[in-house]
Amino acid sequence: MSTVNVDAQNMDSLYQEIILDHYKNPHGAGLRDPFEAEVHHVNPTCGDEITLRVHLAGHTVADVSYDAQGCSISQASASVLNDLLVGKTVDDAMTVLDRFQELMQGKGQVEPDEDVLEDGIAFAGVAQFPARVKCALLSWMAFKDAALQANSQEDIS
Amino acid sequence: MTTLEGTAYDVMQVREDFPILSRRLAGDLPLVYLDSANTSQKPTAVIEALDEHYRLHNANVARAMHQLGAEASAAFEDARTRIAQFIGAPRREEVVFTKNASEALNLVARVLGDAGRVGNGDEIVVTEMEHHSNLVPWQLLAERSGAVLRWFGVTDEGRLDLTNLDSVITDKTRVVSLTWVSNMLGTINPLDVVIARAREVGALVVVDGSQAVPQLPVDLATLGADFVAFTGHKMVGPTGIGVLWGRYDLLAELPPFLGGGEMIETVTMQRSTFAAPPARFEAGTPPIAQAVGLAAAADYLTGLGMANVAAHEQQITAYALAALQQIDGLTIVGPTEPVDRGGAISFTLRDVHPHDVAQLVDSRGVAVRAGHHCAKPAHLRFGVQSTTRASFYLYTTTAEIDALVEALRYTQKYFGA
Repeated sequence: MSTVNVDAQNMDSLYQEIILDHYKNPHGAGLRDPFEAEVHHVNPTCGDEITLRVHLAGHTVADVSYDAQGCSISQASASVLNDLLVGKTVDDAMTVLDRFQELMQGKGQVEPDEDVLEDGIAFAGVAQFPARVKCALLSWMAFKDAALQANSQEDIS
Repeated sequence: MTTLEGTAYDVMQVREDFPILSRRLAGDLPLVYLDSANTSQKPTAVIEALDEHYRLHNANVARAMHQLGAEASAAFEDARTRIAQFIGAPRREEVVFTKNASEALNLVARVLGDAGRVGNGDEIVVTEMEHHSNLVPWQLLAERSGAVLRWFGVTDEGRLDLTNLDSVITDKTRVVSLTWVSNMLGTINPLDVVIARAREVGALVVVDGSQAVPQLPVDLATLGADFVAFTGHKMVGPTGIGVLWGRYDLLAELPPFLGGGEMIETVTMQRSTFAAPPARFEAGTPPIAQAVGLAAAADYLTGLGMANVAAHEQQITAYALAALQQIDGLTIVGPTEPVDRGGAISFTLRDVHPHDVAQLVDSRGVAVRAGHHCAKPAHLRFGVQSTTRASFYLYTTTAEIDALVEALRYTQKYFGA
């Protein structure tokens, strides 16, 4: 028989203090100009939505701005994304994204690297709640989409 | 525990019939199951009917010329008869078994279009409170046929806005399809008013009975609708089976839905002719064990008495509406009075997203649903992206409502809301 452990102690591992802080005071929220690409992503199972813009300066992520509707996990995740990726090169940002995605899809078996993920390690507990993994990844998948679009524009121009 | 007055059965005794209701969850917490509008739990009688069918009578139906085949066929057709009786269908051949209510509604939309009953410039009328399964098939039909989709709005209270009844349903209307009981708002719609208007203009009426058939006494012989769709798993039956009831004369003139085994009369390489209803609409091996299980579910509900089930639903909903409105920051989306209202209550909690509400109350053993409940337009109407929904059924107790309230207060504290 398969059961899930969701008692009060586990709630605290899901809703880490860092996550609640980011949720209450999201970093970099709101849509800003300039931007090279804007995407709109939806989690069809729950209806969470995000509009996300990427502004590149050369090959550096100069800004990630967003307007998100969703739960604490998805909102906090967008805030952490903004913290982690702005100022990085697109390549480095994609590396961080890959590590975050690995952590989220690791079913709780992946040990997070704090040097790379910083506040992102607070989401390690989310990986044990399959229904919430998509919440945590919503903004990251939107970023990936937007960054690729912005980058290809950059290459053309 | 508070007991409800006037319930004609003992809820605690009824709960003994549902093995899952005695399950303990993480932290040894008792299960408080408040997600019955999503799917209902199953009584032992249904579980045993499925079990016995597979253990003793399993065979394919209508084609196996052996003893087991005869038993399975008889059980399957007997299930059809019992479902027909349960819903007050004039004829057992009017009961078409489908995969679920969604398939039943898609079936109607598809064959009405194929039959030319809905064409270019015609109008289809739905409502803003439909489940996606009674909206998307009609959008698809409108796209295929060139018909125009129109709809009734919803009032601030969460009732169907019928002030423009005569201008929405007109001579151009070919089909009116609406839900009997809203899965999100809980509203019980005045079908008689809509059906009377549809009759005046000669439009067909399709009713989504997914939430109604489980909780209200139903008599299709007098309802006045042309088609009614519902699903087995919300009425203590198995998943994998739904029902489309249709007036026999209509079913008899409509073309098939899916092609395949058992829906034919004869087949050559060039063409086929088709069986009479209901077989015409039941291509392939049907949900046999599920039909047997669904009939056991109907018998179980009949044993309790649907009037009693409805009375319990009404009382527990009234209790929950009152209790939930005591919570500061909680807003009910849908009628707040227990009048013409089913047992699904959607709400928002100030400063806490519904997913977080559902997660937190789940950690206290309380199972509710969070999201758009497959009714995105209805959410948009009320300016919310999602809600938390608690839904009740014949086994729900006032103690479980109290547990929900306690878990919601815990959630507010947790999020500092």
